Amino acid sequence: MHKENQPLIFEITKAGRVGYNLPELDVPEVDLSTLLPQGMQREEEAELPEVSELDIMRHYTALSNRNHGVDTGFYPLGSCTMKYNPKMNESVARFPGFANIHPLQDEASVQGALELMYDLQEHLIEITGMDEVTLQPAAGAHGEWTALMMIRAFHEANGDTQRTKVIVPDSAHGTNPASATVAGFETITVKSNEDGLVDLEDLRRVAGPDTAALMLTNPNTLGLFEETILELAEIIHGVGGKLYYDGANLNAVMSKARPGDMGFDCVHLNLHKTFTGPHGGGGPGSGPVGVKAELIPFLPSPVLVKVDDKYTFDYNRPQTIGRVKPFYGNFGINVRAYTYIRSMGPDGLKAVTEYAVLNANYMMRRLEGHFDLPYNRHCKHEFVLSGRRQKKLGVRTLDMAKRLLDFGYHPPTIYFPLNVEEGMMIEPTETESKETLDAFCDALIQIAQEVEENPEIVQNAPHTTVISRLDETKAARKPVLRYIKA
Amino acid sequence: MKHRYLPMTEQDQSEMLDVIGISSIDELFADIPEKVRFKGEYNIRPAKAESALLKELSQLAAKNADSKQYASFLGAGVYDHFKPIIVDHVISRSEFYTAYTPYQPEISQGELQAIFEFQTMICELTGMDLANSSMYDGGTALAEAGNLAAAHTRRKKLLVSEAVHPEYIDVVKVYAKGQNIEVVTVPMTDGVTDMVKLEELLDEDTAAVMVQYPNFFGQIEDLAKVEQLTHAQKALFIVSANPLALGVLTPPGKFGADITVGDAQVFGIAEAFGGPHCGFFAVTTKLMRKVPGRLVGETTDEEGRRGYVLTLQAREQHIRRDKATSNICSNQALNALAASVAMTALGKKGVKEIATQNIVKTHYAKQAFEKAGFEVPYQGAHFNEIVVKVNGSVADANKGLLEKGLIGGFDLGRVNTNLKNHVLIAVTEQRTKEEIDALVQEMGALHA
Ligand SMILES: Cc1ncc(COP(=O)(O)O)c(C=O)c1O
Repeated sequence: MHKENQPLIFEITKAGRVGYNLPELDVPEVDLSTLLPQGMQREEEAELPEVSELDIMRHYTALSNRNHGVDTGFYPLGSCTMKYNPKMNESVARFPGFANIHPLQDEASVQGALELMYDLQEHLIEITGMDEVTLQPAAGAHGEWTALMMIRAFHEANGDTQRTKVIVPDSAHGTNPASATVAGFETITVKSNEDGLVDLEDLRRVAGPDTAALMLTNPNTLGLFEETILELAEIIHGVGGKLYYDGANLNAVMSKARPGDMGFDCVHLNLHKTFTGPHGGGGPGSGPVGVKAELIPFLPSPVLVKVDDKYTFDYNRPQTIGRVKPFYGNFGINVRAYTYIRSMGPDGLKAVTEYAVLNANYMMRRLEGHFDLPYNRHCKHEFVLSGRRQKKLGVRTLDMAKRLLDFGYHPPTIYFPLNVEEGMMIEPTETESKETLDAFCDALIQIAQEVEENPEIVQNAPHTTVISRLDETKAARKPVLRYIKA
Repeated sequence: MKHRYLPMTEQDQSEMLDVIGISSIDELFADIPEKVRFKGEYNIRPAKAESALLKELSQLAAKNADSKQYASFLGAGVYDHFKPIIVDHVISRSEFYTAYTPYQPEISQGELQAIFEFQTMICELTGMDLANSSMYDGGTALAEAGNLAAAHTRRKKLLVSEAVHPEYIDVVKVYAKGQNIEVVTVPMTDGVTDMVKLEELLDEDTAAVMVQYPNFFGQIEDLAKVEQLTHAQKALFIVSANPLALGVLTPPGKFGADITVGDAQVFGIAEAFGGPHCGFFAVTTKLMRKVPGRLVGETTDEEGRRGYVLTLQAREQHIRRDKATSNICSNQALNALAASVAMTALGKKGVKEIATQNIVKTHYAKQAFEKAGFEVPYQGAHFNEIVVKVNGSVADANKGLLEKGLIGGFDLGRVNTNLKNHVLIAVTEQRTKEEIDALVQEMGALHA
């Protein structure tokens, strides 16, 4: 990585330089002041950069050199499924027939796009065991909220307006309770038991006639499969609630268990995780939602259907919750996911899950002697270690994460889930080789030794990055959120 | 089975099983209850090799009429603008596109700095104090603005101009429903928000007024008037703006907007059948701690060097959980990068030049339509869209146009029964005089 600070693009700007050119105006020129009302014409120009094309390319190349991606090195960020992003997906998404089509074109002129979307839906229906899928939600959290809005509409349609509560395990991702709030529900937290699974007793206690739904991540964020899934489902369905499956962790169960078969009424998938949509530095994603028959009437409008070999959007959905996004979802990400699924096929997807789980268990066993392992049983696609042993020696999980940077790795997810002290959540994914896993385990083991023998080197890490630890308190106390010309 | 994305060998597998102390991978799945264990394989199509699948998918793509081959006059929220070639080269650098949210700032300075620059450019265009790192799209950004306004003012009614994009209004309604907020549409007159009706509808329960700039019909709203009426009732003033138009239009911030949102698709982002695009969310300082999504801020490291971090995270779902201001997590970061590169390439002069060309070319088209005998019902100032009345069905006309290599405008009858036989025509800088003339001529011929 480059060590020198990279100036902001605004600091290398020079009046008179340009990074573009346009064809000459080929219609008669008109003075804008004759076309725009008084006061509507901008007086001060927006201070955008003035740079040449080479300036731009150097600037962003320098920035990219200060950024770590999956293609740079191992990225075992738990819960995020940082697997390899196939290059073929990128090429397909850029075909003009996919990239340069308008959502409001005549349906007859976009049958190829509709066919792809429809076929992707069919594949996701089979993969999840649901009855119908919508591709409209833009990301996981958006899918969660969409499904909750459908559950709300379902209960309201039944006159069940007292169902105001959504139950969420304490190990759940933050978006679960946040989505429940945005959908107008109150969140009730259910505890995990000493095995890291939902405490059935506690669930029985909180479930009742006011329960709208239980949101469950399975395997949960500890990477553990909720073995009592059938009892859980029975408890919630028994009180008239709906079961929502956070499918962000589908990489752990593809071809092994389907949300639909486990009694779930709806599920969201993160196509930017399991199905290789690139994470893009934070997005865009795609968060399709699958539902059982009972919820189909409430799907966001429009619903893509096939009539006599033609694909068309059905807008006649009297019970729909409405539209959750303009147009039809993040099509470009859906194209990538579709390309991936078609590249893998049924045997490939099964191997994905098996290898993802094998890799995680292998790492867990290689590391268990060196760190605390709060839940000692086979994990699924990820596992969570605790740094409490190291904390007693004055070294925090944050320090160990920073030390990993010196070895060229992206650290695991840390301090999540919240029910593990000094947690370190490791998700290797199936696309990493044994050599990579071994090298990473060796590094972590070395760090554990350093904690005992030379803790300062860990506490003061990182030592090799372009920048050292940043003052986050300062950033928050007096926020500087934009460049201002000196 | 061997697959190019899966490096596991037989030998690796047996060594790993040994370390785990089991004899087969199946044992790792023994905790899935027998009753729900999925046996066998998915009933989906078999894997296809790279070359064969590429061929199949390129044939599928070729079934669509794309704007590289057709001259498109379709806008309505998604536009065929000039996309500087360099944009795709930058966003194809996989250090950017294979990274995730920059949680580890020491190895994410590239992404963080790029977002900081994006935030700055959005502020420059909108005239707002600060902007976040992106939202899913313009529609959800507007919807979240509505929810923010209701929470901030503790009021439960949103007034949305009928001249806002109809699909945006739909999204606003669903988000509002979640929070039990009432959404009332303000009628329009002559293609702009009716100020008399707006004044009548505004009251002390109104959390915010939402208008679009330029509006769905391409017309330029009187923001000064909307601001005055809105703030007189202490409601928040929310503008959904086309950031490219702000190259020449007075920015919403100058008119006292509290929140400006919109979509940066106009800056180098592919139409992609409606997504992914790039919502933006900009506010005044007073609303800083209520903004949804990620914010990047400047700070220093231990040696005093300048650096960037995610900041003010106490608003967000991973910290606040059910008390968060929004549930957004993944956003549209890569497209924010694309928009930044396009805004950089166009720069100070380019946004102005492109915006000007849009207005002037649309003006030319308007005159050409009028000369050819078409009625252009809304005569107010426009950006790059105009409404044209045709004599027959817009859908039929568009079919005819497609045969001539032209993608016609948006059939307004689909969203407004009063606007049957009206078409919304978008003329961007990409359209040549020849193409505009051809459109007018063909539409005339089809409906002569
Ligand atoms: C378990 C889980 N649920 C939900 C989400 C939210 O998904 P997204 O970031 O796409 O909104 C994530 C990831 O961020 C996750 O890991």
